[in-house]
Amino acid sequence: MAGCITTKNLSATFGDIRAIEGISIEITANKVTALIGPSGCGKSTFLRCINRMHELVPGARTSGEIIWDGRDIYAPEVDATEVRRGIGMVFQRPNPFPLMSIADNVSAGLRLAGMRKNKAGIDEAVERSLKLAALWDEVKNKLDKPGGSLSGGQQQRLCIARALAVEPDIILMDEPCSALDPASTQKIEDTMDQLKDNYTIVIVTHNMQQAARVSDFTGFLLTRETGEPGRLIEYGPTSKIFTMPDHKETENYITGRFG
Amino acid sequence: MKGDLNRSRRNLTSGFAYLLCLLSTAIALIPLGLILVYVIVQGAPALNLDFLTQLPKPVGETGGGMGNAIVGSLMLIGIAAAIGLPIGVLAGTYLAEFRSPRLSWTVRLLADILSGVPSIIIGVFVYTLLVLTMKRFSALAGGVALAVLMLPTVARTTEEMLRMVPDTLREASLALGISRWRTIVSIVIKTAGGGIMTGIMLALARIAGETAPLLFTALNSRTWPTGLDKPVASLPVQIYTYAIAPYADWHQQAWAGSLVLVLMVLLLSVGSKLYFGRKMRSVR
Repeated sequence: MAGCITTKNLSATFGDIRAIEGISIEITANKVTALIGPSGCGKSTFLRCINRMHELVPGARTSGEIIWDGRDIYAPEVDATEVRRGIGMVFQRPNPFPLMSIADNVSAGLRLAGMRKNKAGIDEAVERSLKLAALWDEVKNKLDKPGGSLSGGQQQRLCIARALAVEPDIILMDEPCSALDPASTQKIEDTMDQLKDNYTIVIVTHNMQQAARVSDFTGFLLTRETGEPGRLIEYGPTSKIFTMPDHKETENYITGRFG
Repeated sequence: MKGDLNRSRRNLTSGFAYLLCLLSTAIALIPLGLILVYVIVQGAPALNLDFLTQLPKPVGETGGGMGNAIVGSLMLIGIAAAIGLPIGVLAGTYLAEFRSPRLSWTVRLLADILSGVPSIIIGVFVYTLLVLTMKRFSALAGGVALAVLMLPTVARTTEEMLRMVPDTLREASLALGISRWRTIVSIVIKTAGGGIMTGIMLALARIAGETAPLLFTALNSRTWPTGLDKPVASLPVQIYTYAIAPYADWHQQAWAGSLVLVLMVLLLSVGSKLYFGRKMRSVR
């Protein structure tokens, strides 16, 4: 199924620094999977491996396998651009294209990746994506205004709409709410809840309440000692991780004893 | 008491340093002011429609103008831009976007050296390269000399402007499945467009006033430009020729030519700064 991702013994490095090691995880389609763990445990690196953004950093490498849609996305014949088209990403800080209007921001992927050409199709995709991201009502009368004119929370939903417009199977969210106020966070969480009917969502978050609220599955990553790579300590249904984790370290983390 | 004394001395030193800076700034700006005022005072009386549209008159006849030199200058700038801009912008893009450390370092160093080469040397170079081989002075040779002159400026400005575009935008684009070259062209260069345009305009303004590289490439002409492979008049060379001639009315015309040239350069540099500067600010 297109929404499933399986990693096998995935490791990632920056030059000589090992960021994550031996992560094997099976991400379920049409569910929200949260990745939690203290700062520097490799959550974001893991996320960036899934859509081949990690390799953009000079000296960054990955090993192991990531199986998506029946093939290893790191196989030599697979094009990173294709992978990213099917596995979208929302970043920590809202990053709309500053010179583009709201509508052009949403349709950027369609236009610039050469996926759809005709005007009507693009307009339809813009409206559909903005509705999915719960932003349509707020911006429908100012689609030609610059994306930067929106508030931070609106900008982040604009970025979600932009990612949705290219119709990916999976959406990766790298601490999407960490730069936002609680009201905007609430809106984004509601949006995620709507989206999981059609999309698989993997979210990295610092906020354990958020993980507990939005996710169906939770993975806990940890760097056991300084200089060690981050490892997956425990992974399972969110309800289980937050109520009766198998590992002492997970329990200590979710009860706020460290991290 | 001692503390008070120290403080008053500190204030004095500070005040003195401030005055010194102010004075130096004033001294630096005085030549500009004097040049502008003097060129306007001397050039304005001879500046009229004839001057802008007519050919030069033979020695002894009054009237006539530098119309051919103005058109020639625009032609030379056009040729230089057509050659220099694409190469310069692409080289700058390479430096900023494809970071192969050693090669970039070398290219950057070479660009800096090239921008330090005296313009007359570049004239000699193009003379050897084009004038000798084509066996004639030509607009093309002049344009190529100016293009070589503007290349390093355009490349380095482009590089610096592209580096100012935050990486988060590159990532946003790549994460949408937009290819690398599309990201560079449609997101990065477009975002930095205002700054790049300002740099280009400044480079054009600079070469507009170059005389030395044109002396033995484009040479000069007393007729309208007739082709790329023919010598062509240009404002700086015409000003030079008229200024060293022993005729009073030629001196008048040289002043008027100077005024036109200064206005052209001001229009390019100040205009582009105002226009593109505003656009650039909206990015950040």
